[in-house]
Amino acid sequence: MITVKKLVKRFGLKTVLRGLDFEVQPGEFVALLGPNGAGKTTFLRILASLSRPSLGEVNVAGYRLPHEAAAVRARLGVVSHLPLLYGDLTAEENLRFYSRMYNLPNMEARITEVLEMVGLENRRRDLVRTYSRGMQQRLAIGRAVLHDPDVMLFDEPYTGLDQDASSMLDEVLQTVAAKGRTVVMTSHDLARAEDLATRFDILSRGVIAASATRRQLRRSNLLSFYKQALAD
Amino acid sequence: MQSKPVTLTILDVVSIILLGISTYLALVFAPTELVMGDVQRVFYFHIGTAWTALLGFILAAVFSVIYLVKKDLKWDRYQVAAIEVSLIFFFITIVLGSIWARPAWNTWWTWDPRLTTAAVTELIYIAYFMLRQGIDDPDRRARFGAVYALVGGLSAPITFFAIRLFRTIHPVVIGGANAEAEGGFSMTADMRVAFFFALFTFTIIFIDLFWNRIRLGDLQEKVEQLKLKVTM
Amino acid sequence: MANGQPNAQPPSGNFIKAVSAVVWKDLQAEFRSRELFSAMLVFSLLIILIFNFALELDVETRRSVTSGVLWATFAFAGTLGLNRSMAIEKDRGCLDGLLLAPVDRSAIYFGKVISNLAFMLIVEIIVLPVYSVLYNINLFQPGLLMVILLGSIGYVGVGTLLSTMSVQTRTRDILLPILLFPVVVPVLLAAVKASNGFLEGLELSEFLLPINLLIAYDIIFIAVAFMVFDNVVEE
Repeated sequence: MITVKKLVKRFGLKTVLRGLDFEVQPGEFVALLGPNGAGKTTFLRILASLSRPSLGEVNVAGYRLPHEAAAVRARLGVVSHLPLLYGDLTAEENLRFYSRMYNLPNMEARITEVLEMVGLENRRRDLVRTYSRGMQQRLAIGRAVLHDPDVMLFDEPYTGLDQDASSMLDEVLQTVAAKGRTVVMTSHDLARAEDLATRFDILSRGVIAASATRRQLRRSNLLSFYKQALAD
Repeated sequence: MQSKPVTLTILDVVSIILLGISTYLALVFAPTELVMGDVQRVFYFHIGTAWTALLGFILAAVFSVIYLVKKDLKWDRYQVAAIEVSLIFFFITIVLGSIWARPAWNTWWTWDPRLTTAAVTELIYIAYFMLRQGIDDPDRRARFGAVYALVGGLSAPITFFAIRLFRTIHPVVIGGANAEAEGGFSMTADMRVAFFFALFTFTIIFIDLFWNRIRLGDLQEKVEQLKLKVTM
Repeated sequence: MANGQPNAQPPSGNFIKAVSAVVWKDLQAEFRSRELFSAMLVFSLLIILIFNFALELDVETRRSVTSGVLWATFAFAGTLGLNRSMAIEKDRGCLDGLLLAPVDRSAIYFGKVISNLAFMLIVEIIVLPVYSVLYNINLFQPGLLMVILLGSIGYVGVGTLLSTMSVQTRTRDILLPILLFPVVVPVLLAAVKASNGFLEGLELSEFLLPINLLIAYDIIFIAVAFMVFDNVVEE
C-alpha cells in the first residue's frame, strides 16, 4: 500500500531524512516511533503529499508522489495533533464542508454515519470551539474517514488528551483500523502504540533503524526493543 | 577555503580605476552646464546608478521566474545579490537627485512620477528583506522571496505609468519635448563622453559588486554547511 | 469499505464545487461570529473619524478629499480582514486540511479571494451611506460603485496571495500591510483618480484611463497569483 525507497528530505542544508526505505502491506497498522526531531512528522507530511521529497521514490495507494498527488489525496485520511476544523462552524457544518471538498455523493447520510461512529451524533449542531480537546480530536478522525480512505496517517493523535479522552480515541482508532485500512501512526507514547499497532518501526537519524511485528515482539517487550534500536 | 577568482580581483581593480576616471570626467572634463551650473554634474552618476539599479531589479524578477521553475537555491542567491546591490544604488540615485533638485526645482523632493516610483520601489524591496527575515526554512524563504519579487517587479512599472496620469515635472533628458522649461538640457559632445562613460562605469561596478555578493552568499552557505557538520 | 473503490470523485469536475465550498464555509462562519466584519466596520468608522479631525473636513475640502479618505479607509480596514481571514485557516491547522483535499490549489485561492472580497464589499456598502449622511455627499452613483468593485478586486486579489505568505512567517500580523501597500499603489492611485472623476461629475473620457488601468491590474495580478499560489502553500 505504501512503498518508499531511498527517501531524502532536506530543509535547506539540513538533511532530515537520509535514504529512508519503508514498506507497508495493505491492512497493516504501523506505529512509527522515535525521539523528537527524528523526522517522524516530516516523513508523515511527505506521505500525506503536504511536503515534497527532495530525492527518492514515494508510492501511496498505488500512485506516485508528488506527481499524482491529487489521486493520492482522494484515498488518504490524515489526523494530526491539530484538529483541522473550523471553530465557528458546527460539527456537521465542518463535515459538510469537507464532503464538498472531496465531492462526496450522499453527503448527509455519510455525515450521520461518521458522527455516530465517533460518538458525536448528539452534539452535531454544537460549535466546534465549544468542544473539549478529546471531542475535537474524535471529530477530526471523523473528518479524516469521511471519504472512506484506504490509507490513514495519524500524527501524534494523543497530544494534549487526558486519560479518558485517550481511551475513547483508542476505541475510535480501533474501529477505523478494523475496516481493513492501512494505518501509519507516529507516537512517542509506547503504551498506546503497543495496544494498537501490528508492526513497530523505529525512526532514528533519518532512517528506519529497526522494525518488528507484533508476533516477533511477543517474547521481549516494546520498550526494550525501542531502547535497543536507538542504542545501535 | 575557496580562494577569490583572479578575474574577480582584476574586476575589483578595474572598477576602482573606472570610478576614478568617471569622477574626473564628470567633475572636471565635462563643461559646466550654462543654466544650472556645477550642480548639473551629479547627473552623470545619478543616471549611472539609476540605470544599474533598474537593471538589477529586472534581473531579480527574471531570477524569480527561474527559481520558481527550477527550485534551485542558486537562483535565490543571485536574486538576493541583485536586489541588495540595486537597493543601495537606487538609494544613491535618490540622494543625488535630491541634491540636484534643491537648486533646480527649489525643493529636495516632489511627488513626481519618477520620484514617487523610486520611493515606492525602495519600499517594495525593503519589504522583500523584511519578509525573508521572518522565515527560517531556506526553501520557503526562497519561494516567498521569489513570489514577492515577481509581484513587486510587476507592480513598480505599473505604479510609474499610473502616476504619469498626473502631470510630471521631471525632465526627460533624451527625446523629451519642452524639457528645458523643467530643467532638461541638451548635451554637448564632452558631456556625452562623461555621460556614457558613467553608464559604462556603473555597469562594471554593478557586475563587480553583484559577483562579490554572490560569492559571499556561496561562502555563507558553506559556513552553514560546515557548522552542521560540526554539530552532527 | 476500503476496497480500492474510494468514494471521492476525480478532482477535475470538482473545481467550482470546491471554490464554492470554501466561500460558503467562510461566509457561514463569519455570519455566526461576525468577528471579522465588526472589526473591519468599526475600524473603518474610526478611520473616517480620525480623518475628520486630521483634515478638518469642511464643505470645500470635503469635495476634493472624499475619494482619498474613502480609499485610505478601505485599504487600512482591508488588511485587518485579510489578516484575520488567513489566521483562521492557520489556527487549527485548517490550511493543511484544505491542502489535503483532492482539489487544485487555485480553487483554494479563488475561494479565499471571493470570500475576502465579499467581506470587503459588505463593509464598503455600509461605510458609503454612513459617510454620505455624515458629510452630506451622495456616494451612491453606479459609476463610483463600479470603481469600488474594480479596486477591491485588485486589492483583495494581491492581498489574499500576500496574506497567505505573511501568516506563515514569524512576524505574521505586522508584515501584511508592509508587503501589501507598496504593491497596491497603482490600485489606490487609479481608484482615487477614477472615484474623483465620478464625484466631480467629469466626462467619462477624462478618467477612462484610470478605469482601464484598474481592469488591467486586476487581470494581471489575479493571473500571476493564480500561477504562483502553489508556491506559497506547498512545501
